[in-house]
Amino acid sequence: MTSALRRYPVLIALCIAALFMIVPFLIVTLNAFKSPAEYSQNGPLSLPDGLYLDGLKDFWERVDYTQKLVNSLLISGGVAIFAVILSILNAYAIGIGRIKGRTWVLAFFVLANMLPQEALVYPIYYLSKEAGLYDTRLSVIIVFTVIQAAFGTYLLSSVLGQFPREIIEAARIDGANKWQILWRIVVPVSRPTIGVLLVFFFIWTWNEFLLPLVMLISNDNQTVSVALGVLQGQRLMDATMTNAAALLGVLPALVFFLVFQRTLTRGIAVGAVK
Amino acid sequence: MTVTVERGVTSKQPHAGHPRRPRDSYALFLLPGVLAFLVVIIVPFLMNTGVSFTDWQGVGSPEWSGLANYRELLDDSEFWASFRHSLFMVVAMAAVPTAVGLVLAAALFDYVGKHFGSKTVAVLRACFYLPQVLPIAVAGIVWSWILAPDNGSLNELLKAIGLSSWQQDWLGDPDIALYSVMGVMVWVQLGFPLVIFMAGLQRVDPQLHEAAELDGAGWWRRFWHITLPQIRPEIYVVLTWCTIAALKVFGAVYVLTKGGPGGATNVPSYFSFTTFFEKTQVGYGAAISTVLTVMILLLSLIGLKLQTRAEEREGS
Repeated sequence: MTSALRRYPVLIALCIAALFMIVPFLIVTLNAFKSPAEYSQNGPLSLPDGLYLDGLKDFWERVDYTQKLVNSLLISGGVAIFAVILSILNAYAIGIGRIKGRTWVLAFFVLANMLPQEALVYPIYYLSKEAGLYDTRLSVIIVFTVIQAAFGTYLLSSVLGQFPREIIEAARIDGANKWQILWRIVVPVSRPTIGVLLVFFFIWTWNEFLLPLVMLISNDNQTVSVALGVLQGQRLMDATMTNAAALLGVLPALVFFLVFQRTLTRGIAVGAVK
Repeated sequence: MTVTVERGVTSKQPHAGHPRRPRDSYALFLLPGVLAFLVVIIVPFLMNTGVSFTDWQGVGSPEWSGLANYRELLDDSEFWASFRHSLFMVVAMAAVPTAVGLVLAAALFDYVGKHFGSKTVAVLRACFYLPQVLPIAVAGIVWSWILAPDNGSLNELLKAIGLSSWQQDWLGDPDIALYSVMGVMVWVQLGFPLVIFMAGLQRVDPQLHEAAELDGAGWWRRFWHITLPQIRPEIYVVLTWCTIAALKVFGAVYVLTKGGPGGATNVPSYFSFTTFFEKTQVGYGAAISTVLTVMILLLSLIGLKLQTRAEEREGS
């Protein structure tokens, strides 16, 4: 009886809190479809009179958003794939191969993952200039492949450390070499973890700001995050522009979220507590 | 973290009888990883540390200046202010989200999950987690528009409900800006602890709660004496991760305030960025980021220790 009385207020309180979390998304969506005149007349809280799409269109063309999306996809996708491959190779040696001093090797990767990018950014900027890679998407792909692979190595090593040895022994007796065992047995069996890593690396790289901001200065190379962040930082946008920018920045994240929701929530728990 | 791996490894050690296949030939697989790490992380890190002992301006050859940069840091009020702001960020990004996340997670788990089904839980959890998938630059754009002084949604809302006197220049007033940024960071960060704690709660044996409930323990008592101690490892993980994230916060400050007004929201990460790329005092910027690194590594070690100990206690 008492618990029935108590659980509805709890639910209502939680719903209000949840609403508060998504209100920013709602008002951004609401205002992205208003004309500047309507916005300045009725303010941000009114419902739009009709669907005004020119604000979004203007902004899309002004920042060449298609190009930004392509850049972000290319960089995040590249990093996800390369970082997973690198993580698999590392984790195979550490988790399955149990090489000598593996604890130290693993500690090396974990520590490298914890180094703040602030302590790497200037030398990376300088070295990439020396190597002729400055302001290329490739430079960002290389750097984030390594940074993400540090986490991937750590997570996959702990998963592969518990890989059933019998399967590997059986394949060995059948004459498979290490390379074959890795790609035909270990990788397929570890597919769930690898999937989580792919999603994480993609989204993390998509959201990165500091290093891409420093490394990608030309318009043609910038990612979505950097292009929007720089515009906002310069305060060149009026309120309707800002809204269009916000909505176009939110949308891809929303799509990833809806597509990968289960992977994300499962993965974050695995990743943090393992 | 390493400990978990070790445990898995040592428990399955017996297959050592393959003399023809020396184990260390696996080391070849490590080669690309280690090389890439040296080039992208270790060498730049050592360079940065080295440069912090010079007065390098980014061009010409760096000149050794010993500890001069560090001595200068000690007297630099801007530097101390940025670290003081870091503490505020730790409150906003680690302490508050952990505390609120714990209560929310337990409430979702105990009440909503049991009485309204897992669908409801999933929807609510998704709402709280949503800001976490947003690029921080985009979160910054959204909030700087909401917090704008003229026509900003928050001020309009205050006007609409008759609280015009509460209207503020949220990001432009030096007395308020830091708190505004803190508020935004709580919003950004809350979903992370919530999701981790909800996963952790599934581990807790429900019989403990049932027994305590039969003994007449109320929700708060059970929360305090059962839930909290049981998910202590998760709490340490979350606190460590979030504190590190708080020390490194950059994108939000860049987009929301650019460290202003008048340095009121400057943080070490943004401070080192401007010192590198706007003032081109590379040596000095390197010293700032080196201090930041040392703090982060120390914190990581402490967090790792606490977590390991909590796991051991739980395991025994």
